[in-house]
Amino acid sequence: MPETMIEVKDLTKFYGEHLAVDNISFAVKKGEVVGFLGPNGSGKTTTMRILTGYIPPSEGSATIAGYDTMTESLDARRHIGYLPETVPLYMDMTVEDYLRFLGTIRGMRKDHLKRRIDEVIDRVKLGDYRKSYISKLSKGYRQRTGLAQAILHEPEVLILDEPTVGIDPIQVVETRSLIKELGEDHTLLLSTHILPEVSATCDRVIIINEGIIVAEDTPENLAVRLRGTEQVQADIRGPSAEVIKAIREIPGVTSARHIETATGSRYNIESAAGNDIREAIAALVVNNSWGLLQLSTVPMSLEEIFLELTGGEEHEGT
Amino acid sequence: MKNVSSVLVPKVSWSETTAFLGSTWRNTAAIFWKEFKTYFTSPMAYIIAGVFLAITGYLFVQSISTTFPEASIRGWLEPSTTVFVLWSPALTMRLLAEEQKLGTLELLMTSPIRDYEIVLGKFFAVLVILLATLSLTLFYTMMMFWFGDPDVGPVVSGYLGIILFGASTLAVGMLASSLTSNQVVAAVVSFGFLLFMVLTDQAADITTGLSAQILEGFSLSGHFDDFSRGIIDTNNLVYYFSVIATFLFLTIRNIESRRWR
Repeated sequence: MPETMIEVKDLTKFYGEHLAVDNISFAVKKGEVVGFLGPNGSGKTTTMRILTGYIPPSEGSATIAGYDTMTESLDARRHIGYLPETVPLYMDMTVEDYLRFLGTIRGMRKDHLKRRIDEVIDRVKLGDYRKSYISKLSKGYRQRTGLAQAILHEPEVLILDEPTVGIDPIQVVETRSLIKELGEDHTLLLSTHILPEVSATCDRVIIINEGIIVAEDTPENLAVRLRGTEQVQADIRGPSAEVIKAIREIPGVTSARHIETATGSRYNIESAAGNDIREAIAALVVNNSWGLLQLSTVPMSLEEIFLELTGGEEHEGT
Repeated sequence: MKNVSSVLVPKVSWSETTAFLGSTWRNTAAIFWKEFKTYFTSPMAYIIAGVFLAITGYLFVQSISTTFPEASIRGWLEPSTTVFVLWSPALTMRLLAEEQKLGTLELLMTSPIRDYEIVLGKFFAVLVILLATLSLTLFYTMMMFWFGDPDVGPVVSGYLGIILFGASTLAVGMLASSLTSNQVVAAVVSFGFLLFMVLTDQAADITTGLSAQILEGFSLSGHFDDFSRGIIDTNNLVYYFSVIATFLFLTIRNIESRRWR
C-alpha cells in the first residue's frame, strides 16, 4: 500500500481560455483528513473532478493510490468514493435500490453488497428510510444517501465536494461528526468554503484561490497566521533562489513563497499587519537589476475571504 | 492526449480476457436492469406501449377493412414504421439527458465502469421494451392466422424488419439524448433527424439518377420495403446494423469526450 494516497503534480486546467487551476501540487498521505478551502470558483471542484477521472487535466498529473487518473482511470476509480457537489441521486429509486445498483457497478459481490448496504445505512443513520423513495427524502437525508454511496465499496480514498452545503444547521453538525468518524478509517479530501468546518474535521488545510494554492497548514497554525498579516504578490524576473533570499531579508517580512506559474515566477510575501513592504520590494528589484512584472497587495486578505465565505452565501454549481 | 484506459485495450492472457468479459457483462447488465426497472416503476412503459398498440391496432383494423382484405401483416406494418419517428424519441429522450440533469452521469463516469457499458446497457433496456411492445402486436398476427391463411415467410421477415427499423430509431434517439441535459431538446432533435431519415425516401422519388440512389441509400424506410415483401436482403441487414452501430458509437464517443474536453 503506497503511503501517499492522493498525489497532485503541477496540475493545470484550462476551460477554453479560462484558467481554472494554475499549476498546483499537493499530496495527501494515507489516513490524513485534508480540507480544501476556497471561495466559489477557486478551482476546488475542478481539482476534485480531475482526481476522480471525470475530466482530464490540461497539464500535470494526478494519482490515486498510485494509479494515474488518466492512464489507469479504472483502477484509480476503484479506490475512490466520491460525493459530488450536487448529490447525484436517482429520484425514482429507493435508498436500498440506489445503493444496490451502485454497489453492482463497482463490482461488489451479492452477499458482500447486502452486508455492506446494512452497514452503511446503519452508519449514516438512514435506517427508517431504507425503503423510501429518494424523491421523498429531505435534503439532509439525501445528503446522507450520497455519503452512503461514497463509502459503500470501502474505498481507501474519500473525496467529498462541499458535503454540508444546503442542509440545516442541526444536520450540518451531524454530518460533520460523521465526516470526522469517516476520517478515522479513510484518506479523506473534503472541500468547503466554511472555515469552522475545516477546524472541526481536518488535520490539514489547503487554501486555494483563483486556481492557486495560497496556503497549506494545520488549522491551528493557520488560525495564528490569519491574525493580522498582509500579503503582497510580486511577479519578479530573476534568479528565484536569490530573489527569495533577498525578499526574506526585508524587515517586516514574515514569510515568502515562490510559485512557478504559467506566466513566470510569482512570490507570495506576507508581512506583519500595517507594514507595507511594496516600496521595499520595488527598491530591492531595481538595486539588483531584476525585472518587476507585477506588484500588488492581494486584494482580499485570507481573513476577509473567510469572513465573506462564512457569511453563508449560496453556492452555485460550476 | 493521453491514453484513456476506459478504451478497450487488447488483453493477452485467457484469464484476463474472461475476467474482462465478465466485468463488462456484469456492468452492462447492471445498467440494463436499472433502466428497465425505471421504465416500469413510472407509468412511462405502460403509456408508451399503450400508445403504440392503439396506433398499430387502428392501422391493423384499417388494413383488413377493405372489400378484399389480404391475409398479410404488410398492410399495417409499413405505416407502423412511421410511428417510430415519434415513438422512439419519447422512449429514449430521458436515457442520457436525465443523467446529465441529475448529475448522476458524473457518478457513473467516476465509478469503475466503462463508458460503452453505460451506453449499451441503456440501449438494450429500450430495445427490450421495443421487443416487448412488438410482441403484443403478435395478437394481430394470431388473429390473421385464425381467420385467414397468411404466408409465414413475410410475417417473419416483416417482424425482423420492424425490429431492425425500431432499433435503428432507438440508436438515433440515444445519440440525441447524449447531446443535451434537456429531455425536450433531445426528443425534438431525434424526431427531426428521424423525420429526415424517413423523408429522404420520398425525396428520392422526385429526383432521378445518382441523387435518387444516394437518398434512397440513406433512407430508413426505403430499406424496410423488402422485409415487408418477405425478402431478407443482406444489403438491408447491413444498412440497419450500420445505422445502429454508427449511432451507438457516436453516443459512446460523445459521452467519452467529457474525459478529454
